Formats: sequence, structure tokens, C-alpha cells
Amino acid sequence: MLSKAVPYPEIHQPKACIQRIECCSNWLLVQFKTPFNGETNDLTQSRIMNNNKSILRRLATVVAITSIGISSLVQSAVQEPVKVGIMMPFSGVYAALGDAGRNGLKLALEEHAAFLHGRTIEYIELDTEARPERAPEQASSLLSQQKADFVIGPVHSGVAMGMLKVLSNQKPIMIIPNAGANAATGPLCAPNVFRTSFSAWQPSYPMGDVALKSGYKKVVTMSWNYGMGQESLDAFRESFTKGGGQVVKEILVPFPKTEFQSYITDIAAMKPDAVFVFFAGGGAVKFVKDYDAMGLKGKIPLLGSGFLTEGTLAAQGAAAEGIVTGLHYADSLDNPANIAFRQLYQQQFGKEADIYGVQGYDAGLLIAQALNATNGNTADQGALIKAMESAVIDSPRGKFHFSRSHNPIQNIYLRTVENGVNKVTGLAAEALEDPARGCKL
Amino acid sequence: MDLAIFLVQLLNGLQYGLLLFLIASGLTLVFGVMGILNLAHGSMYMVGAYLAWYFFQGTESFLFSAVISAVIALMLGVLIERTLICRMYKRNHLDQVLLTIGMIFVFNALQSLLWGNDPLGVDVPDALSGSLHLTGVVEYPVYRIFVALFCVAIAAALYFVINRTRLGMLIRAGESNREMVECLGVDISRLYTIVFGAGVMLATIAGVVAAPMASIVPGMGEHVLISCFVVVVIGGMGSIKGALVGALLVGVVDTFASVVVPDVASMIVYILMAVILLIKPQGLFSN
Repeated sequence: MLSKAVPYPEIHQPKACIQRIECCSNWLLVQFKTPFNGETNDLTQSRIMNNNKSILRRLATVVAITSIGISSLVQSAVQEPVKVGIMMPFSGVYAALGDAGRNGLKLALEEHAAFLHGRTIEYIELDTEARPERAPEQASSLLSQQKADFVIGPVHSGVAMGMLKVLSNQKPIMIIPNAGANAATGPLCAPNVFRTSFSAWQPSYPMGDVALKSGYKKVVTMSWNYGMGQESLDAFRESFTKGGGQVVKEILVPFPKTEFQSYITDIAAMKPDAVFVFFAGGGAVKFVKDYDAMGLKGKIPLLGSGFLTEGTLAAQGAAAEGIVTGLHYADSLDNPANIAFRQLYQQQFGKEADIYGVQGYDAGLLIAQALNATNGNTADQGALIKAMESAVIDSPRGKFHFSRSHNPIQNIYLRTVENGVNKVTGLAAEALEDPARGCKL
Repeated sequence: MDLAIFLVQLLNGLQYGLLLFLIASGLTLVFGVMGILNLAHGSMYMVGAYLAWYFFQGTESFLFSAVISAVIALMLGVLIERTLICRMYKRNHLDQVLLTIGMIFVFNALQSLLWGNDPLGVDVPDALSGSLHLTGVVEYPVYRIFVALFCVAIAAALYFVINRTRLGMLIRAGESNREMVECLGVDISRLYTIVFGAGVMLATIAGVVAAPMASIVPGMGEHVLISCFVVVVIGGMGSIKGALVGALLVGVVDTFASVVVPDVASMIVYILMAVILLIKPQGLFSN
């Protein structure tokens, strides 16, 4: 008589906490109302006999249901969505990188929703605009107000420094899906900070050996004058000079200047054996086109950290043909994870995946693995970190795991641009681990 | 640095300077005649580059996309002036700055919505795709020489219009005393519409001709805006002649500084500006 018309709180299905409370309170309301509404019916049938009993029964049920309600509330507390803060640039020069990273992240978490033990994901997206000065404030809001479980970001190394200031050794687990500043998994490494991309050192260090093997003795290096550029050039110089090569000039262009002509003329006047550069995005397009336009292409070989030809080949066109780069990924990698990933990405977002999508995707895989290992419990940070440290990520770039400083130990592929594609011609380095200088983990 | 390389660098500097002039000329024209400080001027440069890319995709004809982009720019300029800028003439510079900064955000958002955030590129038109061999391994792309000459032609055309035509006379009159121009029965608001439309078109054309040698990326307008302001401040706000001299100065100084004193190159242009302002606080050719 009582419970038929009553919606029963469903405990096994994950539902939002507020919905549950509403559900329970509605039910209780119905319980307390029925004695008066239902009275007449009861009385017409068996006025005296059932009266006391039914009140007792109702009371008992109310108590029982209330306790179920409470237990379901406790359950809902566990089943709150996992809060994933995203701090990436969605406007400005790096907007395309932010978009791709976010796409990859969501793709992985949707694809592996079954591993999340019933937990849903709540995204909190903040546009960093790649502006370092805003990073600490945005990171603090994710830390204190939003109480995020994970913070994914950023793209720009300067922003990473600002975020680390706030998030190191705090509750959220920070996963860096791009920013390559060596320090993030070097002197500033922290137990709760992971990186699914690379350290600046990684793609450039093997290129020194590549240059030596190609017989180049005198090389000019060039980049923007900022952390990532400087660290890339240093890594190249480290292996190149160790093997007897000479860096005849290091050119640092003020960031984000893209008037490269005078520098390229300068290079032409020096006539080195080869040129090694770090540029990315729009600057990479401009540099490669200028290098070609000034007639250096084909005369002075151009080497680079792989970002020179990532996501930029369409815009660079024929000017990019023949450029040799090293990177931890190539679109054309022939492994099942990469093929499946690229297909899925294309379906979902209607465009080709790129390295930034891969790195975001791997951040998602890492979260899914960690949640799976802890049965969806995000309260125990120690357990999460342990799970992440031992995770093996089946990445589109090939399987990798993390070093003691939480940076991927990964292959660096040697690629040459042929017919508008980065063709993999071999390994520049196998399972390369960042030296993590200054990390005390 | 031997003589040949020195000359190539000089050519680099002049070519960069001429392009800066093309962008800055619209900014200084609008400020000089209308007293409007248009921070969204860089956005027009960006719009030009994106329009050139967009129409080039469809037609494969650079000339066609350049012409249609310029026409669209003129209409855009007129529309903006009639709906937004016309409300700003009686208000102070702070209000103008607020409006035009807002426009930067709107244009950036539109760019992101319409054309996405990936870096884009336009091929150099076939007829201009060759390069001249200069010295050693250095070649000079014909297209860049074309752009330099094109900018010179625009400068000459501006000089002619301003100094030899009735419209130019009105512009010059508007610069020095707008009340008097109105008293003489000239429809000043129509003059303003024409000038603003022309200013927008100049920035857009600069974006179009820069498209084949630039990378077309979000935010490209803001970068160029700063250089433009340096040019305009050095030359004297509102002076076209000043913009030409300022642009060539900035182009050449920046080019040589970046090779000769690379460590302080990013400062040199601003130091130049500061020194010029110390000597001539209104800029080189202020009215």
C-alpha cells in the first residue's frame, strides 16, 4: 500500500548528489502525507484493527528509508564527479595547441569511462591565454575554490612556472600535457606533478649526434630567446660539442618576433655546415618560409627540434621539404594505438590529430589508469601517485612509463619532411630518459 | 660584414620598414584627421591576412583575393565608422581606447570561430615566386621586392591624394581645424567615413600583401600594432610623412641591431623612440 507509488532511491546508479537528496525528501514528504490522505481508505476497510499497526509500520518504514537515504548520501559523496581543471590557452598564439590538448584529454577520458568506477568527470576550463602572469591566480582558484582533483595544463612553459608555484606539493595532481621547461621535472619536480609530454632536453639532445653522424662540424643554432628555446639549443650543444662539433654562433631572437630575414642573411654570410633551430607554431611557419625564400634551403641543411614541423606543414608547404627533426612522436607512426587514436580523433573532431592531441590524450589515459587502480577513489593522493608512477601508458607514440622525476621515458624519432609529411627514418634515441638535473625525488 | 651582405641587410631593413609604413599609415591617417586612437588597427591587418587566405583557398588567384579583400575591408571600415566610431568623436581618448580594445577581442573571437586557430599560409603568386641571386648563397625573393615597390607606390599615391586633390585638401584642412571646415559647409561626417574606411583598407591591404611571407596566426595583429605605434610616435602622431620616415628608421635600425648587437636588439627600437621623443617630444614631423 505504501511503497508502490513511491520512487525508490536507486543506489547502484551514479546520480548527482542533489538529485538524490531531492528524491529522498520527496519520498519522506509522501510518507508523512499518506497517513492523512490514506486514512479514509484504511478506515473503510478495517477501521480499528489496522490503525495502530499501520502507524507503526509506517514509522518503521520511514526510519528504514531515511537510513537508506543517508547511506545513499554517503555513497553519493564517494560518487561525486572527479574534478578535472584544465588550464590551457584557448585564445591567442597558442590557441590551436590548447584546443588539441583539450580534445585529446576528453577523448581519452570518454573512451576509458568504464575504468572510472562509476565516477563522472567534471571539467573546469580556464583560458590561460598563454599569459604567465595570470597563472598563479588561476591555479589558486582551481586549488582552493574548485578543489580540483587533477589540474591539466599548461601549454606554455612560463605558465607552467606560475602554476608550479601554487600547485607543487598540494592536493590536486598536476599533469603537464605540453610545457617542456626542464625545471618542471628538474629542480622544481614534486610528488604531485607529472608530465605526459617531454622535457625540452629530450627532442634536441639526440639531434647533436644526428648532426655529427651526418658529418656536420660547424653549426649555427637559433631560437626565440625564451626558456624552451634556450634549453633546446643547450641540449643540442651538449651532445654536439661532446662529440667534437662546434656551435659557431647561437642566435636568440626576442620572443615573439618573427622578422627573421636579417638573421637568415647573417647565417648565409657565415656559411655553416648546418643550422639547428627551435621554433614552433606560427614562428616555425615563418622561419621555414623565410629560410627557403632567402635561398638557404637545399644549400645549408636545416635541423630542428620536431616542433618546427608539427602542425605547421600545411602552412609551410614546399618550403619544409627535407627538414630533419627529432621528436617523441610522428603522425605516421605505424603502431595500433596510433592508428586507432588518429581514426577516433578524426571522427570526433573532424581534423587530423597532432602531437598536442597525443599529449592531452596521454594525460587522460594516465588519469583513467590512476582511477582504475584506486577503484575511483581520489581521496588518497598517495595511492594515486603510486598508481601513476607505476603506470605504463599505451600511447600513440608507443608505450612509455615515467622516470623518477615523473617525465616520460620515451623514444625520440628521427623524421624527415617528405611530400608534406614527417616521415620516420629511424630512432634518434631509444627510451631516452631526461637527466632530471636537480630533482630530489 | 662585407659590402654585399651589408647591402642585403639594408634591403631587408628597407623592405621591413616599407611594410611597417603600409600598416602604420592608416593608423596615423585616422588619428591625424579624426583624432581617433584606433587600437583595433592591428586586427584589420590580421583580417586582411585571413581574408587573403580564405579567398585564395577558393579561387587560387592571389590578385582576385587581394582585390575582393580590399573591397570587403572598405565596407567593413565604413560599417564600423557608421555604427561605432561615429559615437566617439565627442568623447575622450580613454573611451576610444576602451571601444577599440573591445573590438580587438571581437575580431579575435570571430577569427577563431570562422577560421580556427591553426597557423595558415598562402603561396606566393606564381608570377612573383622566383628569386634573384644576390651574393654567396643569398637569394632575394622577387615577391619581397614586389612588396617593397608596392609600398612605395602606395606611399606615392597617398602623397598625391593628400597634396594634389580636393579630398586631400579637405583632409589637411580637417587635421588643422575641423570646426572651420564644418563652417565652410563641408560634410565632415562623410569625410570621416571616407578616411576611416581608407585607414582600415590600408591595414587590410598590408595584411593581404604580407600573407604570402607571414604566418597567419591568431594574435598576429597585436604584435604588429606595437611596432606600428612606435613608428607613429617616432614620426609624429597624424603625419603620413612622419610614418614613412619612422617606419624606414625602425625597419633599418631593427634589422641591423638584431645582427650587430643581438643581446640588446629588442630594446634598440624603443631606445630610439625615447631618444627622439627627448629631442622632439611631438615626434619628428608632428603638426
